[in-house]
Amino acid sequence: MPMLPSEFSGLERYAGKWCLATENERWKARMSSGMEELQELYDAVLPLVPEAMAYCDKFPLDDMPEDAVNLLRLVYSFVMVSFAVELWAQTYPPDTRGTDFVRLSEPLP
Amino acid sequence: MARYPKPAEGSWTQHYPHLDTKPISFEDSTSREWYELEKEAIFKRSWLKVGRVEEVPKSGRYFTREIPAADTSIIVVRDGEDVRAFHNICRHRGNKLVWSDFPQEETAGTARQFTCKYHGWRYGLDGACTFVQQESEFFDLDKAEYGLVPVHCDTFAGFIFVNFADQPSQSLRDYLGPMLLGVEDYPFHEMTDRYAFKVECRANWKVFSDAFLEFYHAPVVHVGQHPRALRAMITAGGYEAPHYQLDGPHGVVTTAGSLHRSWEMPPENVKPADLATRSGLFGPWEQSDLGELPPGINPGKINPWGLSSFQFFPNFAILIWEAGWYNTHQYWPTSHNSLIFEGNVYSLPAKSASERVGREMAAVSFKEYSLQDANTLEATQMGIEAGVIHQWPLNDQEVLVRHFHHEAAQRVADYQREKG
Ligand code: FES
Ligand SMILES: [Fe+2]
Repeated sequence: MPMLPSEFSGLERYAGKWCLATENERWKARMSSGMEELQELYDAVLPLVPEAMAYCDKFPLDDMPEDAVNLLRLVYSFVMVSFAVELWAQTYPPDTRGTDFVRLSEPLP
Repeated sequence: MARYPKPAEGSWTQHYPHLDTKPISFEDSTSREWYELEKEAIFKRSWLKVGRVEEVPKSGRYFTREIPAADTSIIVVRDGEDVRAFHNICRHRGNKLVWSDFPQEETAGTARQFTCKYHGWRYGLDGACTFVQQESEFFDLDKAEYGLVPVHCDTFAGFIFVNFADQPSQSLRDYLGPMLLGVEDYPFHEMTDRYAFKVECRANWKVFSDAFLEFYHAPVVHVGQHPRALRAMITAGGYEAPHYQLDGPHGVVTTAGSLHRSWEMPPENVKPADLATRSGLFGPWEQSDLGELPPGINPGKINPWGLSSFQFFPNFAILIWEAGWYNTHQYWPTSHNSLIFEGNVYSLPAKSASERVGREMAAVSFKEYSLQDANTLEATQMGIEAGVIHQWPLNDQEVLVRHFHHEAAQRVADYQREKG
């Protein structure tokens, strides 16, 4: 069963790893991936962000079909990895290994 | 540089006669003994923000708060229309009244009454002791004398404040003063989409707060948050605020809006992810419609206005942004050189998935730069604790830092005088 709407089948190969519900999971996935993998995800999702957002916007936030929720989560993961790719050229911001900054709660989805 | 006019005295610092321009000491941020004094002089007698009314939306909803700086834990609970606060201590033999699974940790929930986990005494939402297990075994015990110990509690703009003094020397509104009261009509109540963060950090609570009282560091520590093409220009340009203002122990710094308007910039100067999500470091590009805003959020009448950061002495800050969202910071000391930093990002409930994506971008940005601050401040704490250097110069953009340490020290001095 595909996780994403059929219009986004080109992104299906990233869905299993990156359709993650919480920032905690997305942060961990970013920290435990290599830069090549982050770059590949970034390159694949970036051009489709406007279309993906338009697709998700067809549904009310509290009643989105599962494949649209997955698509939204993939866009969140794109946001998460964009910092590594665009700004830092490494997974974490430079000089920030001494403390964490944990997100305790967030609106869902 | 002088991009913006300074007060007639020549500087923001000299505009305020209680401040001098000399280097300052940070012994107030490295000494165990001084911290013990601050607990008594500041945390046990100032109004402290502990939550928002949305966290206790109906009668019986409660949360607990650990406040090591006041050596206590409290219960905050809604009882009908009232929000009440009590020391979280059973009157029988001192068991912490409300906790779950981990005695040290905070909890929240709904209750009709609170029942002690030790011998089963019960208390109503108004704090009254309503049940004593095997009451007849006691000697002349009058339940009416064994209610929970109340803590002074009041709200401002939906923020819940407590004060541990037996009798606070000022009401909450008098304590806040006209400058902070000026934000009262901002629609905080409507902005219920919340991203909450927390970190434990090895830095003094004032040292940590200092980095949020000045933006002098921003073009250095945070320059990496901007696209490569802009970095050299941003660092070279430095930072100047168009407006600082002090009122009592509190302060505000305003930042101009010019840097904030990514949508007016050539696209090569904007991160591709920002262009795609129409959001970024300073929040979503589409301004939230909040209706008419109180003039008090921009007390210097700065145009274009970007942000006002209001410091609520001693350990709370509200940052209100042009794009129509706000965030809060809170600095809870856990010792003389450690704290818990809590950050929250609030906006109107998102109406669509793409609005959520914009907020996610803002919330991730908040994390990326807060990590930079937190780590830098651990490094700063190490430097000042070495005890090698005793005097530290502050510039005019650090006027709120100077004021903050001055006010904290003033309270310790008042306390010491009072104790003789
Ligand atoms: S300590 Fe609470 S009932 Fe005994
Ligand atoms: Fe900072």
